[in-house]
Amino acid sequence: MAERQDLYRLISRNKWGTALFIVLFSLLLGVIGVGFGCYFGWGWRPYVLFGLGVVLYNLLMYFNSDRIALAVNGAKPAVGEGYRQLHNVVDEVAIAAGMLPPSLYVIDTLVPNAFATGRNPHRSAIAVTKGLLQMMNREELQGIIAHEMSHIRNYDILLMTVVAILGGLIILLRDVFLRWGLFFGGGRRRRSSTGRAGGQAGMILAVAGIVLAILAPLLVALIRAAISRQREFLADASGAYILRNPHGLASALEKLAGTTLKLNTASNATAHMFIANPFAKDRRTATSRFASHPALADRVRRLRSLTIPRDPADG
Amino acid sequence: MPILIAVGVFVVLVLLWIIAVYNSLIRKRNRVQNGWHQIDVQLKRRTDLIPNLVETVKGYASHEQEVFQKVTEARAAVMNAHGPAEAAKADNMLTQTLKSLFAVVENYPTLKANEGFLKLQEELSSTENKISFSRQFYNDVVMDFNNRIQMFPSNVIAGMFGFRAAEFYSAPETDRAAPKVRF
Repeated sequence: MAERQDLYRLISRNKWGTALFIVLFSLLLGVIGVGFGCYFGWGWRPYVLFGLGVVLYNLLMYFNSDRIALAVNGAKPAVGEGYRQLHNVVDEVAIAAGMLPPSLYVIDTLVPNAFATGRNPHRSAIAVTKGLLQMMNREELQGIIAHEMSHIRNYDILLMTVVAILGGLIILLRDVFLRWGLFFGGGRRRRSSTGRAGGQAGMILAVAGIVLAILAPLLVALIRAAISRQREFLADASGAYILRNPHGLASALEKLAGTTLKLNTASNATAHMFIANPFAKDRRTATSRFASHPALADRVRRLRSLTIPRDPADG
Repeated sequence: MPILIAVGVFVVLVLLWIIAVYNSLIRKRNRVQNGWHQIDVQLKRRTDLIPNLVETVKGYASHEQEVFQKVTEARAAVMNAHGPAEAAKADNMLTQTLKSLFAVVENYPTLKANEGFLKLQEELSSTENKISFSRQFYNDVVMDFNNRIQMFPSNVIAGMFGFRAAEFYSAPETDRAAPKVRF
């Protein structure tokens, strides 16, 4: 399926794909919430409070996401003559992208990886590992930086936070639903006043609600991972567009595929920000439905098959 | 009475839309102007780096006078150029002379390994990239601006307020034959 794809169309298709996922996600949330509400006619105040709690927690994490991510990974500011090339590369990509250059950090490990953090292009940071700097040549480093800066420009950190909030709310509703549902053995029957037909509809709704509630964490994880993978493809395409050259990043990903070192400071919450899945044992082809990154082989294939639109100045 | 209200709301909405489009055009046009000046910033940086480069190379290859002469002259030509056509030609000339300078460097392995020289080479290389990217970015914002000016319905507003399309930066003919500059 190595079809030639125009960069513009690829980027827009990715964005639509993500929007679709978000909509499905929200629908899932809505259905569970409505099923739950219908079933009990329960008082809503405590649950709104819990919901607010989830939102506030995630917002707190989001506003401090850069500091937290950097601290957890032991990132230090990249100062000194040794990092001159890194700063130059970042400045070049920032010019091409029309963005302010983010703050730069270095992680002292030989495992090659990089991540971007920060809630908007005005306050953002990129961290790279020493291993990455050693492994990549200038063109490859440029490709990686362009990918990371695309994450920042596409507001992916904000997006994944929203996704986390939605996911958290779904889990919350499902928890409450299951707990109260099982405890009370179905309040609908007690309040039913619409006769047998109404009672039957209520039962179907109840069963559907329970099934969905049990499956909810699974569905949440699946959707979240799918969105993350889409955004990775989008960052690849955006980065290639910024540089008008997909080969730097493709080459870098190929090098990453060859290494088997794993980063031990990553966690499920931060995995999605790394350039390559920090967990996968075999990143070349492995893509479980729950993986935060697409398989490296797929990413390289897509990148190499991109046709770069010609500069308008070329006529 | 309801018709009057509806018309009133409609007029207000149209006015708001006009304001939004006008502001957007201003913003895009400013971006174009900023983009243009960014190119100049990088070009200046390049001319600033050159004397240092020449001195470093002279330290090792003092008898290659012809090349040094050409580079210095080309640099002066760029700094004294009037108008975009002359500037583009001078810029081209400078790139060519820099290439011959680096070709000369190939014959001096101790110079090639010299740390000061390597740093300069990285700076120059990076500056060339930045010049190239800033021209690319300039063309991107020009396209964005021109699209808004020419597409319907914002072209109506653009016409009303006298916004004119911006010009793309075009590489001079000789530049296209040469591969992307990599020292």
